Amino acid sequence: MLLNWRAKVGRDRLQRKNLYYGYTRKFYGPEIASAYYILSLGGGFRFVGQSEWFRANSRGKFSWEFLNYKDSLVEEVDMSHTVINYTGLSNLERQQHLRTLKLQGCPEVDDWFLAGLHMFQDSLEELDISHCTQITAGGLAALRNLRGLKRLNVSYLPKISSPGLVIILLEEMLPHCQITAEGYDLSLRQAVEETS
Amino acid sequence: MCAWRRLHGSVQTLRGSVTRGSVASTSVTQRQPGWGGGLPSHQSLSTGGALRNDFFKDLEAQLAAMRQKAMDALPGSSWTPFEINPNLPPETADIVIVGGGVVGWSIAYWLKQKEKLSKGMRVLVVERDPTYSQASTVLSAGGIRQQFSLLENIHLSLASADFMRNINEHLSVVNEDPVDLQFNQSGYLFLASEEVAHIMEQNYNTQRMSGAKVSLLSQHQLKEKFPWINTEGVVLASYGLENEGWFDPWTLLNAFRRKAISLGVIQCFGEVTNFKYTTHVRMTADDEQMDVRRIKSVKVQMPNSMEYQPVECAIVVNAAGAFSGRLAETLGIGLGPKDSLAGIPVPVEPRKRYVYVVHCPDGPGLDTPFLIDYSGVYFRREGLGGNYICGISPEEAEEPDTSNLDVDHQFFEDKVWPKLANRVPAFEKLKVTSAWAGFYDYNTFDQNGIIGLHPLINNMYFATGFSGHGLQHSPAVGRAVAELILDGEFQTLDLKGFSFRRILAQEPMLERNIV
Repeated sequence: MLLNWRAKVGRDRLQRKNLYYGYTRKFYGPEIASAYYILSLGGGFRFVGQSEWFRANSRGKFSWEFLNYKDSLVEEVDMSHTVINYTGLSNLERQQHLRTLKLQGCPEVDDWFLAGLHMFQDSLEELDISHCTQITAGGLAALRNLRGLKRLNVSYLPKISSPGLVIILLEEMLPHCQITAEGYDLSLRQAVEETS
Repeated sequence: MCAWRRLHGSVQTLRGSVTRGSVASTSVTQRQPGWGGGLPSHQSLSTGGALRNDFFKDLEAQLAAMRQKAMDALPGSSWTPFEINPNLPPETADIVIVGGGVVGWSIAYWLKQKEKLSKGMRVLVVERDPTYSQASTVLSAGGIRQQFSLLENIHLSLASADFMRNINEHLSVVNEDPVDLQFNQSGYLFLASEEVAHIMEQNYNTQRMSGAKVSLLSQHQLKEKFPWINTEGVVLASYGLENEGWFDPWTLLNAFRRKAISLGVIQCFGEVTNFKYTTHVRMTADDEQMDVRRIKSVKVQMPNSMEYQPVECAIVVNAAGAFSGRLAETLGIGLGPKDSLAGIPVPVEPRKRYVYVVHCPDGPGLDTPFLIDYSGVYFRREGLGGNYICGISPEEAEEPDTSNLDVDHQFFEDKVWPKLANRVPAFEKLKVTSAWAGFYDYNTFDQNGIIGLHPLINNMYFATGFSGHGLQHSPAVGRAVAELILDGEFQTLDLKGFSFRRILAQEPMLERNIV
């Protein structure tokens, strides 16, 4: 019973972190709400036309300067190693100019999250989902909707059963996309041993 | 000396009991290395059998058997001199769910999940076939979609997709592996010809308003997105962007089963053959006589045996799938005079559907959606090796015989392959590697589910007749039936439209796009 309770507390904490920031959205608009959400989870972002990144430091503190740029649109988002999940994705809903999304090492990003990325189907050009432990081949099929994708990083995904085949199928599915896939043992040695 | 003989005497009886039946005690003995780090005590290196019964060789087994005998003799043990079949269901239960498919187990899980006191009620799930060889759940293609025309169906699918997205929150058991449904997020693609394009547009609007993420594609956009489709004759296509795809039904069934059993649901393998009921005679407003029945107990027959156990129960749930109509007949529904309520049978009957596994090396790749053509043919990708699953619903007049689950391969050659090759030219060169057949719990009235009480039976809830959509709606339907039983009315989703009223009033709730 204690284990159940501990699991529930963990889930509740995750849910609270990924809540929909409706209040912020109503008062400050969707871009500021998304920016606030990204910073409070520990990620970073960059506005269109600017070159500096807004990030939270290792303690979780961030500057409130982004409030000055009420009409700027978010162009790049780096949420690596944060606990973003499917419900949190709804906070990034109206970012129609989002070009880069980095989700390296996010433990809660799974196949359903990838299916939810269809909201960025026109604008997204770069996606990095390496080291996300819960992604399988079924979720990679959902990346089909991202028409404008130019760079995709799917390295070090442990749950993909036959990585070589999946990479080839991905390359066929997204012909204009450059796919980076490191960290897989693509050698043919195993097959040769079986036939001999 | 006499002590030794007495001990020897007890050894003889013990020896008898050990050799006769208590295999369990020997398996309990632990492996302990002997002194010197040698063999475990019960492992011997000699290849011949023992010449005599030696007490000391089997010491651990003997002591365990003696301990078991002593414990059985004490009060509080469950030893009886009669041999009772351990597989019999309990003599009483609060709720008996007839049918151990995904709908039945979903209802059992939600009942236990919603009960206010833990161990507050005894739920029994009775399943006829322990191997699930004919169950519709495991033979299903396993797809889930929100592209329906009825609002209730769309909401059921959305709720079930939400459930599956958070499945580990609902169905994970402590110290067991997490549930992995192997969900492929590839979406459904419906193709419409000129005649039915307007229906598709109306459905699209309904789906969008209900919150389903669907997109409409013109012929040109379709060709761009899926170049391997032959778009001749296709005017409009509807593609699901999210919450649609297919998964492994056996995993879902076992996830429900494991969690429900961990919450205290009792599983029994047997067939419900008969009911004991009391009858009240009521007069309707037109001075017609109505026999209202109340089920008192359910007769559960053990598989391949004459043994049976009557289970006294308060509520019975009919989740028997394709065989629910037959079950309702044993209660007399449908056997009355033709123009009375008792004369209208439960319109659920089994319909056989074939599924063919084909291999095509040049077929469409990872992004293949679950494609459903307006001619009725459908196919989806299976795995990563160029295998696909396909089939078609036969015409009303050509329904195959439902007495067995044999596959008709000629049906593939005549009906499926031409239409498939027409729609996807790459499928002209393919090879059928395997095939199976399964039953739909087909609702002959309007092909939509029946959820709720029957007016003539006070305590039998129906959850059947989903005609091919039972698996994808099962989590939400389970919750709805649990709410109906425990709260008396639907709380989260209003499924009053699926009640028996529409069948008795002959008002069909028809759905377009049935596959």
